[in-house]
Amino acid sequence: MNDDTSSKLTISPDRLEKKFADYKPLYTESEALIEANRCLNCYDAPCISACPTGIDIPAFIKKIATGNIIGSAKVIFEANMLGYSTGRVCPVEDLCVGACVYNDLNYSPIQIGRLQRYATEKALEKEVSTGKKLFPRNSRKSEKKVALIGAGPASLACAAYLALDGVEAVIFEKDGLPGGLNTMAVAPYKFQTEDSINEANWILQHGVELKTGIEIGKDISLEQLIDEYDAVFIGIGLGTDSRLDLPGSDGPGVWGATDLIRQIKNNPDFSLPEDLNTALVIGGGNTAIDISRELAMLGAEDVRMLYRRSRKEMRGYDHEIVGASHYGVRLVENVTPLEVVRHGKKVKALKVSSTISDDTFELPCDWVVEAVGQLKHVSDVSPEIEVDEMGRLIVDSETRRTAHPKVYAGGDCINGGKEVVNAAQDGREAAFDMLKSWGISPSLHGKKYFKSFFTYNGH
Amino acid sequence: MADLSVNICGIESPNPFWLASAPPTNTGEQVMRGFDAGWGGAVWKTLGEPIVNVDSRFGAVDYSGTKIIGFNNIELITDRPLDANFKEIYEVKKQYPDNVVIVSLMVESKEEWREIIKRSEDAGADGLELNFGCPHGMCERGMGSAVGEEPKVLQEITSWAKEFSSVPVFVKLSPNVIDIRDPGIAAVKGGCDGISLINTIKSIIGVDLDTLVPKPSVGKESTHGGYCGPAIKPIALHMAAVLAKDPQINVPISGIGGISTWQDAAEFLALGATTIQICTAVMHYGYRIVDDMIDGLNNYLNEKGMRSTSELIGKAIPGFVEWGELDLNYDLIAKIDADKCIGCGLCYVACLDGAHQCIHTQKGPCHAWHGKPDHGFGPRTEVKPAVWHDGGDTAMSHVPFVDEEECIGCNLCMLVCPVPDCITMEEVSQAKVRESWADRVAKSRT
Repeated sequence: MNDDTSSKLTISPDRLEKKFADYKPLYTESEALIEANRCLNCYDAPCISACPTGIDIPAFIKKIATGNIIGSAKVIFEANMLGYSTGRVCPVEDLCVGACVYNDLNYSPIQIGRLQRYATEKALEKEVSTGKKLFPRNSRKSEKKVALIGAGPASLACAAYLALDGVEAVIFEKDGLPGGLNTMAVAPYKFQTEDSINEANWILQHGVELKTGIEIGKDISLEQLIDEYDAVFIGIGLGTDSRLDLPGSDGPGVWGATDLIRQIKNNPDFSLPEDLNTALVIGGGNTAIDISRELAMLGAEDVRMLYRRSRKEMRGYDHEIVGASHYGVRLVENVTPLEVVRHGKKVKALKVSSTISDDTFELPCDWVVEAVGQLKHVSDVSPEIEVDEMGRLIVDSETRRTAHPKVYAGGDCINGGKEVVNAAQDGREAAFDMLKSWGISPSLHGKKYFKSFFTYNGH
Repeated sequence: MADLSVNICGIESPNPFWLASAPPTNTGEQVMRGFDAGWGGAVWKTLGEPIVNVDSRFGAVDYSGTKIIGFNNIELITDRPLDANFKEIYEVKKQYPDNVVIVSLMVESKEEWREIIKRSEDAGADGLELNFGCPHGMCERGMGSAVGEEPKVLQEITSWAKEFSSVPVFVKLSPNVIDIRDPGIAAVKGGCDGISLINTIKSIIGVDLDTLVPKPSVGKESTHGGYCGPAIKPIALHMAAVLAKDPQINVPISGIGGISTWQDAAEFLALGATTIQICTAVMHYGYRIVDDMIDGLNNYLNEKGMRSTSELIGKAIPGFVEWGELDLNYDLIAKIDADKCIGCGLCYVACLDGAHQCIHTQKGPCHAWHGKPDHGFGPRTEVKPAVWHDGGDTAMSHVPFVDEEECIGCNLCMLVCPVPDCITMEEVSQAKVRESWADRVAKSRT
């Protein structure tokens, strides 16, 4: 990743997340070649259609196999400017890798995520060492300018495609660092904060301006942005942790999950208490699984997830549940929390009841972590923008345009909380629609990026 | 246990597997280790006036992650004194009287041939192999392939060797000719007892794209070398078969070229070779590979009910005919097993772009239709239910099907299919009688 003028954004290196080793380290050249050569180069490959951004996966893999790293990375970035982080954080087992035809042949599927990381990381290293940009800025300058709210993956992707076609893109971020959940929340054994900041810096170098510490609705209004800019992209993600407000939950030892993850990842002054033995995590989604695994990996002896239904109803990915179980995380099914029991100030137990019987019992513990979703905070931005009954911003499913003709949105704030790759896709679609509406043909994708049998037949 | 021993030109060999004249037979110590590993014979690294070699000497072609599918060298004949070589040959024969030692030779004048043949026989050689094949270096000095490419010279030198020799004389042929029968017949006319083929093929193995110097580089330069290894086996098989089939070639053949496994060896035997010579595979994996060659050939012969190697020799020759003799009325069509198909689409695109546009998918009609209004529309096989992610577009929705009326039976789909036995070529039962192009020509004449 590059370091130049825009990259003054840094973070103290002394953080708890640094204790985590990379669980899928960068391939060596020979590892990458062996894996790339295994790819069958399927025609109309199912991995492509399993990828929300439709990366031409066989094409980039074959380019790794021929030693054409620059070409490989370009195939990835053309479809997904966050190809570096998505290569590392995507739940590939449920997307491209899960769709690999080798699964049907009882072969090990191609490790697409690791190859994608290899291509992008090596190409970006090469960009620094040779000084030759993968994507030189388009010399044509458009008169248009776009404001993007929130510096997470959706806005970064959108801004990158706009900037490459000469549009002035300005991101407003209320925090000090860009990257959104890639910076604050992704499991540290997958991706760490420096990686996310480096990726954001790389995107900013293509001519994107970042203004930190500015909160929309407080420091500047959405209406003001709509007036001053040709379009506005809302990529504000979700809000703070939803809380259960259990009796006894006020006080130390009870956490919201994303808050706790952020402490581990970003706060240099944070550490786990010496006497943390038992942590109970309430929830059945991927955030609950992540924090459970992180606590177990950091040395908590006894980590249990409490879920109100059974494992098969859990929203978390199966491969993540299995991954956490390897570190000793256990699952308690069919329970719902009632009350945090304290001894003085200290948490002593969590009182729970069974959802399948009338039993009520106490589970002794030191910490309780609530991973029951995040609040939607779209209404903080502007009461004008329409939301659905789930609190999600309503957009056109193709263009990501809201009912307001100048306002687009993407990422978790429109889907209620999905993957980085979905946000990257939203950002790209919104950027392309803006460009098209201004008569600019996107330079990276003049052609349709996803080819299928149908396109050949005019369907 | 089948009898693997063979007799070639009166020389008894415990099995057909010989080490070819090359680096693995450079010294007595090596040849003895080779015999310990199980090799039946060895053709000694070519003797002649010792030369000076260059660094580097070898280059290779890797393909899709597989190392050394092709190999080339610019190494010359022995660079060790003749005295040392002959002393070691003598030692080897004394210690391994049942194994075959053939001495490969390459000198210039008649007198030199007389001298070196005498010394070889004195050392105990079971036979001689005249190296008329080496396509680099030595040919610039009027030897090796310079002889192999000139049938008259080849015949002349062969007749000298026969004149001086009391042991069988093999001639090793260069493949760098237009028709291998020309040097083959010349060798027979010169009186040879057997023919070894092929030597290496003239080649440039590649170019270093950083330095832009061809490989293998000697400083900032390179030269053409001799190409060998698994990639050349089909060329060698053809040349061996052509000679085996030719009535003018009435001597046994020692087959060489890209042999790495017992299957390769069995194919050479079936196409008429009596012994097999191997170098590149040994340079890659060592002498130990002969263990599976012996074991595998033995099991194969047992399975096929053949009691000895000699029952296999030449078995495939009757089936090797001219194109004009092939049956024009023989029909095949491709069948795709939908249960085995993994939906990779490789057969579809191969047929669409590289063959006859007769494979179609469930997803829609083929745009390269054959003028039939219903061509390629609609599935003709059961569509398997989707088994993977629920995005709607699954591997299984890609199971292609064959337009049997249009299929030309070319094999391409079967060849590209990564799934064993998923695509098979099935014979179309039909009433038409056998008719070849030669039959048609003959008919038109009458």
